[in-house]
Amino acid sequence: MIVSEAVEERVQIPLAVETLSAERIAYLEGLVSQARTAAAVFSQFTQEDVDRIVKAMVLAGLKQAQYLARLAVEETRLGVMEDKVLKNMVATEFVYNYVKDKRTVGIIRELPERNLIEMAEPIGVLFSLTPITNPTSTVLFKCIMAIKTRNAVIFSPHPKAWHCCAEAVRIMYETAVQHGAPAGVFTCLDSPTLPDNAYLMKHKDVGLIDATGGPGVVKAAYSSGKPALGVGAGNTPVYLEKTADVNTAVVDIIVSKTFDNGTICASEQTVVIDDEIYDAVLKKFAELGAHLCNEKETRLLERTVIDPETGFMQPLAVGQKATDIARFAGLSVKPDTKLLIAPIHGVGREHPLSVEKLFPVLAVYRAKSVNEALRVCVDVNHAGGIGHTAVVFSRNEEVIRKFGEVINAGRIIVNSPGSVGALGAVYNDLVPTFSFGCGTGGGNSTTDNVNIFHYLNIKRLARRTQNHMWFRVPNQIYFNMNAVENLRQFPSLSTIIVTSPLLEQIGHVDILRRHICPKTRIHVQVIPDAEPEVKIIAQGVEALNFYKADQIIALGGGSVIDAAKIMKLKYESPEADLEYLAAPFLDLRKRVAQYPTEKTNRARLIAISTTSGTGSEVTPFAVLTDKASGRKVTLADYSLTPDVAIVDPQFVMSMPKGLTADTGIDCLTHALEAGVSNYASPYTDSSAMQAIRLVFKYLPIAYEHPSDEEARCMMHNAACIAAMAFSNASVGVNHALAHAFGARFGVAHGRANALMLPHVMAYNAAVPTKFMPSPYTKGYVAHKKYAAVADLLGLGGNTVDEKVKNLIQATEQLLDQLGFPRSIAELGISREDFERAVPELASIAFEDPSGRSNPRMPMMKELEELFWKAYEGRGVAKVDAALEPAHV
Amino acid sequence: MIAVVLNDVLNIDETPVLQALQEAGDKLDGTEGEAVLDFSSVRRIDPSTLLALQAFAGTADKKAVKVVLRGVNIDVYKVLKLMKLTPRFSFVN
Repeated sequence: MIVSEAVEERVQIPLAVETLSAERIAYLEGLVSQARTAAAVFSQFTQEDVDRIVKAMVLAGLKQAQYLARLAVEETRLGVMEDKVLKNMVATEFVYNYVKDKRTVGIIRELPERNLIEMAEPIGVLFSLTPITNPTSTVLFKCIMAIKTRNAVIFSPHPKAWHCCAEAVRIMYETAVQHGAPAGVFTCLDSPTLPDNAYLMKHKDVGLIDATGGPGVVKAAYSSGKPALGVGAGNTPVYLEKTADVNTAVVDIIVSKTFDNGTICASEQTVVIDDEIYDAVLKKFAELGAHLCNEKETRLLERTVIDPETGFMQPLAVGQKATDIARFAGLSVKPDTKLLIAPIHGVGREHPLSVEKLFPVLAVYRAKSVNEALRVCVDVNHAGGIGHTAVVFSRNEEVIRKFGEVINAGRIIVNSPGSVGALGAVYNDLVPTFSFGCGTGGGNSTTDNVNIFHYLNIKRLARRTQNHMWFRVPNQIYFNMNAVENLRQFPSLSTIIVTSPLLEQIGHVDILRRHICPKTRIHVQVIPDAEPEVKIIAQGVEALNFYKADQIIALGGGSVIDAAKIMKLKYESPEADLEYLAAPFLDLRKRVAQYPTEKTNRARLIAISTTSGTGSEVTPFAVLTDKASGRKVTLADYSLTPDVAIVDPQFVMSMPKGLTADTGIDCLTHALEAGVSNYASPYTDSSAMQAIRLVFKYLPIAYEHPSDEEARCMMHNAACIAAMAFSNASVGVNHALAHAFGARFGVAHGRANALMLPHVMAYNAAVPTKFMPSPYTKGYVAHKKYAAVADLLGLGGNTVDEKVKNLIQATEQLLDQLGFPRSIAELGISREDFERAVPELASIAFEDPSGRSNPRMPMMKELEELFWKAYEGRGVAKVDAALEPAHV
Repeated sequence: MIAVVLNDVLNIDETPVLQALQEAGDKLDGTEGEAVLDFSSVRRIDPSTLLALQAFAGTADKKAVKVVLRGVNIDVYKVLKLMKLTPRFSFVN
């Protein structure tokens, strides 16, 4: 903390602009105008231009380092000239070393892997306040930063360091302009006053205030309503832990605390020393030129250097030599004394020397334990030093990290001097600075060492990114009649067949037995329920464990296969929490719930579907019913995909007509929805189109002639192919509606899909009320894709609109052919019941993840309308507002 | 000057910290001098405990009993510091 500034600021702060004369205002306006012009012109400069100018300025600063240091000490009467020379050199050479290779103009960073480019935008006019303690070095530092970033600066030096700062500004300015910088790029307020500062802080053309000064100035900056950089008060605690290298630590502390007579606000203030080494440390300090005060001397010192009324350090002591301070306090010390050390027994007003002291007086505290030491350091940190700096000397990594955790400081210096360490680039890799951000604890906007990047607005050019996609299906898929024979190529010691009672009764399980390796022990696990639930899964897992299964064959429809998938999951990862894994997600890649990855691969899962519909044999989904709550739990992860799929039509030959129709339309819906999905890709499109073609051609035949092997075979393949498509492209709002409606009114899934399908197609083909944000799709193409399907099916039509209409018509004809009810009303659901249910159904449908891949974002009201259209049904499916090609 | 230390130094175990504080508060009647609360097995402190501690300090203040917290770990200490409660207590190892 710069106490002299703080003392002044505790006096009346006139902020009213009207205290400025018209003439003064004109003068200030002139400075701003000049700076604004310079900044505007500067914005045209290239990186090479600014780098050339910066280099010249740095060299000029280095040449004048001693001259400026001398001026600073003469004017401020603070500090040590030789140390100020070093500061000026750090402010030029070290800062230059940091900035020289940094891009600050135009493109400053390219991140091709992220399709991002960062570009620099200068701020414009900066209003910069500089302190009394580091006057010229701060000016040099800020001038270099400003030129490097193409900003103009109006300087307001501390009144008691005005001359040396103005001289530093002059040197920097003349050099800059000589090398091409625009005229007016730096100006220095003459005789700055608080009203001047207030005026400029609020000026509309000042882009940023950079206040390096006392708390009053920083507070004024942040209160101005303008973006600001500030600094905070320091009260640096130091923990000298018992494992520290005592010799190095003591020297480092002396180096730091006596540097420029302790005027750097990051310098050590209270050293907390472990009891075990306390005496040795003090002995070392004494050997190296410190005077250890006894209790009486400590009292004298307190009365001299700390203001008893405010509790803060006395301004007159700031930056004074130890011997002078001793003399003021009435202490008798050796003439070469560098540092006065005073023991304290606590922190707070009762212990005056526990506050910040910007002079060579150090408080020391004896700590009996690590805990006590950390506590005292926290106390010191909170006694006026939050966010600034702290130091730890230790070789115990745990202690060092704990210190870092508990202390609130932007700079936590380890095993090095505090003040010089905090400056950066001397003892460590911190960015070099003369402005220490202290974060929110210090009333600042950053804890950074302020640097060139705080003088820029960074712009980010973000190109549209094509995320990589995928096409994931089982390792092996065997299809066509008798594909089940391939079972014999899978060796197994113990196989569990998961199936339904009916399939076991009609002999399908026996077919499997014929093709499984003779040596395999086989157990049949029957799923009694159409909808697998938790209890059934648990029983299945028990069986898997009991028989030490290395193979699971799921023979059945979607429910059976889903059950087998979940059994395998729990068998391989018993700790897997299904509720957690079923957590909703928007993007599979970003999902929160993570499926187990370290699996033992205990059992191979072979899925053999006995319906031509769900395609569960190739999908990564599994649905479980929680009978207790009546909820369905949906799991979705590619790890659930079966290892092998067998698509053998012999298992579907006996499917009754109703089931054939239901599952067939489910298959068609899968394919159509995958086709227009926002996650569609050329890989899924080819599958979707093929499946649609097969359904339209073979489903009517399979329905009318159930023993037609070719039709059954093609439909069975279609179901699998459609599932491969939607496993990777997902489905859409049709399924969301069908799920909600089907669950509520107990309607089979395929039937529910059928009732919605024509209306959803019309809905998707129309101009959306709201487009679904989708990085994967360019433009709106659902209508064009439907038109492409119409072309594939040879339905005719000259325009997209006509083709879409033809497709909807063909779909309706198919539904009629398959004997589907064409309205919800036909199911016998009363209008009143339906009306009561619709709002909730719409809400459930909206929440359904299926809807998120729909090309058109379904609005709640639109979902209700779709339900009503399906209720009324026949002949209602019309495209309300067709998309003409020219619109897209 | 310590006239009376609380009968048994109260070990504030993590789980029943609130209960322990309430019991300690009940024991303040008739206590003089100092009340020592042992926090050595308290790893973390929650909002309700903070409130209870404040209330305890308030009651102790009224009865002119000084409250000493023993064995407070640095993480809990920092919470007390952030809540500006540390001036109400003394701390010993």
